[in-house]
Amino acid sequence: MKRAALLRRLGRLAPRVAVVAFALSATALADGSLFPLGDGPAFGNQVEASVVRAIVELRESALNRALAEINKAVADRPNFRLAQLVKGDILMAQAGRPVAFASAALPAASLAPLQDEARARVQRYLDAPPADALPGAVLELAPSQPYAIVVDTSRSRLYVYANELGRPRYVTDFYISLGRFGVEKAREGDQKTPIGVYMVVADREKLPDFYGPRAFPLSYPNDWDRMQGRKGHGIWLHGTPPGTYSRPPWATDGCVVLANDDLARLSKYVDVSHTPVVIGASIRWRDRRAWEADRAAFLAAFDGWKKAWESRDTDRYLANYSGRFRSESGGFAAWKARKRHVNAGKAWVKVAVDDMSLFAYPGEKDMMMVTFRQDYRSSNLSKVTRKRQYWVREDGAWRILAESVVS
Amino acid sequence: MMARLAAGLAAAWLVLAGATALAAPADDLRDAQKLYNQGKLQPALDKVDAFLKAQPRDPQGRFLKGLVLTEQKRTQEAIQVFTGLTEDFPELPEPYNNLAVLYASQGNYEKAKSALELAIHTHPTYATAHENLGDIYAELASRAYDRALQLDKNNTTAQVKLAMVKDLFSAQKVASRAQAVKPETEAPKATNKAPPAETPKAPSATSKTPEAASAPPKQVAKVETRAAPEPAKAAAKAPEGDAKSEVAAAIADWARAWSGKDVKGYLAHYAPDFELPGGESRAAWEKQREERISRPKSIDVQAKVLSTQVNGSEATVKIRQSYRSDTLKSHTTKTLRLEKAGERWLIKQERTGG
Repeated sequence: MKRAALLRRLGRLAPRVAVVAFALSATALADGSLFPLGDGPAFGNQVEASVVRAIVELRESALNRALAEINKAVADRPNFRLAQLVKGDILMAQAGRPVAFASAALPAASLAPLQDEARARVQRYLDAPPADALPGAVLELAPSQPYAIVVDTSRSRLYVYANELGRPRYVTDFYISLGRFGVEKAREGDQKTPIGVYMVVADREKLPDFYGPRAFPLSYPNDWDRMQGRKGHGIWLHGTPPGTYSRPPWATDGCVVLANDDLARLSKYVDVSHTPVVIGASIRWRDRRAWEADRAAFLAAFDGWKKAWESRDTDRYLANYSGRFRSESGGFAAWKARKRHVNAGKAWVKVAVDDMSLFAYPGEKDMMMVTFRQDYRSSNLSKVTRKRQYWVREDGAWRILAESVVS
Repeated sequence: MMARLAAGLAAAWLVLAGATALAAPADDLRDAQKLYNQGKLQPALDKVDAFLKAQPRDPQGRFLKGLVLTEQKRTQEAIQVFTGLTEDFPELPEPYNNLAVLYASQGNYEKAKSALELAIHTHPTYATAHENLGDIYAELASRAYDRALQLDKNNTTAQVKLAMVKDLFSAQKVASRAQAVKPETEAPKATNKAPPAETPKAPSATSKTPEAASAPPKQVAKVETRAAPEPAKAAAKAPEGDAKSEVAAAIADWARAWSGKDVKGYLAHYAPDFELPGGESRAAWEKQREERISRPKSIDVQAKVLSTQVNGSEATVKIRQSYRSDTLKSHTTKTLRLEKAGERWLIKQERTGG
């Protein structure tokens, strides 16, 4: 109902005010993924809410409402540059001299970043993921992980999910700025944001002004990054300097940067060593049924590996491993031989798994990262370890590509 | 409300008509208006205060008081007067407009905007308020853009100058007095060149150029034939050498316009608050100058600069004026006081003798 009304409104937008035409892309209207304001997830940040409403109202030539909204934002956060720009556009429209994004008044090069920010912020509310969609990358959260963070770099957005019996439940989301040269960090100083699954590893305060009041360093490079030869360090979630409310979408040295008020909101959900941060270039938003199917398919394979191990049928067990498998201690052939030898000496094996997290690894086609506590018992040896495996799908079957013990 | 409005209109028309047989208070108001038109601000204020003693609520008198205080740069008091008018006569748009001008002159654009919106609310077709509001919006936009790009343009952004309405009930008379309204709507364009509307400091001296000998025609001052441009900030100090040559150029241009019988160009060299000789109205003086300049078949005026003293945005120039027309020839020494307004030097005072 509301959605239809909005579509009708958009349909008869006055063309004479060409302002923020970029905000509503043709595809957003055409592919049916348009979510009206209010029907999508609620605004977590009221200042952003005012700016977005003002842009939409400006677009609809509802200038008085637009001005009232933007004045709220500007009064609240005078250093919110995008808000100031939108205010300028609204006032110019009121003066009877409409401009599209201050274009006449200011150099285009300095406007492009703000335009990008406007696009990202407006897209969040006009073209949001479906309200009941789940992030395809987060398939299981461990009981020790009360929340998870998902960064969708294509949307300049950071989402917070709560752990509800292992399954993610949407909590809130924030606008973010990312690496100046994009994503897929590989080298020190490339000013890119890494793609992968990381952990918040520290909580720092009393930082230089540049980082804002607080920062959460991430575990980049992780073991997968190191296997890929990726270098660099010091990827943090952090805030903005005084005098800067928010930065453009692509502006950092690779860090994930939030407005300070958003960072404060985010802090409530961050727990050092217990908050995974999934950074994806384009998060697959799955409806619940597809998400459950993805999850079940993998867990069946994972259970097959465990059962094969318990069967002490070494061939069956080894069938779970990819031909590209490399153990920590040498080649696949030697490792297979050792496994055969060890299994032969056992009367029984029991493997229990708990505290498991499972992520469809962003940036890799068909790869899972599963981390768990492994309680291994056998006739002659018992051992509890934390283990991480990377699984890949080969010829339709999930197989283990890498395996390591983590601290 | 209608009765009040009607009464106010009546008062305005009485002044406009220049009726002579009025009781003392009305005479005071008329005299005050006249003094104000001549730029004699303090006497005008005294008169209008005397008038308001008898008729404290009178909108015309209070409006005039507001105008005088504005030109005296007593901005806070002027704001009080116009605010009082908006409270007692909320249906009149002019006080809102002038209040907005004063707020804007203080850099308080948000308040100026609110006042103009109220003016437009009472009179949706009020052109001056619309134009002023447009300027305010544009200035606020420009400030917002500066903040958006974190530009610090503290000293480079020119202050917005809005059109002050000098005539109460101007909005009501749009149809019948189109000409009087026109200068108001043009005022914003003219402000770039507008001179400071300061009180003339010296007592008026009579101009005794040969062709100005006859007495000015008796004429009651019209309340508003020409909206004086807004008070502008004093022009930035230019190097004195430059200033001297600018002044010389202005005087040469003035003599050239006179010689070319270009009345408009000639008059454009005079500041709006030019000290009018003999206490006549600006309109009367202009009319007289026009006659003097257009009557002769030919005129040749040479102005030789004898000395120039520049003090900031003020200059005093002594010239030797050689005037020759088909009927008259004369040589006069004149002292001209000029003031810089924007890019131009305008004549504020013209005296014969050195």
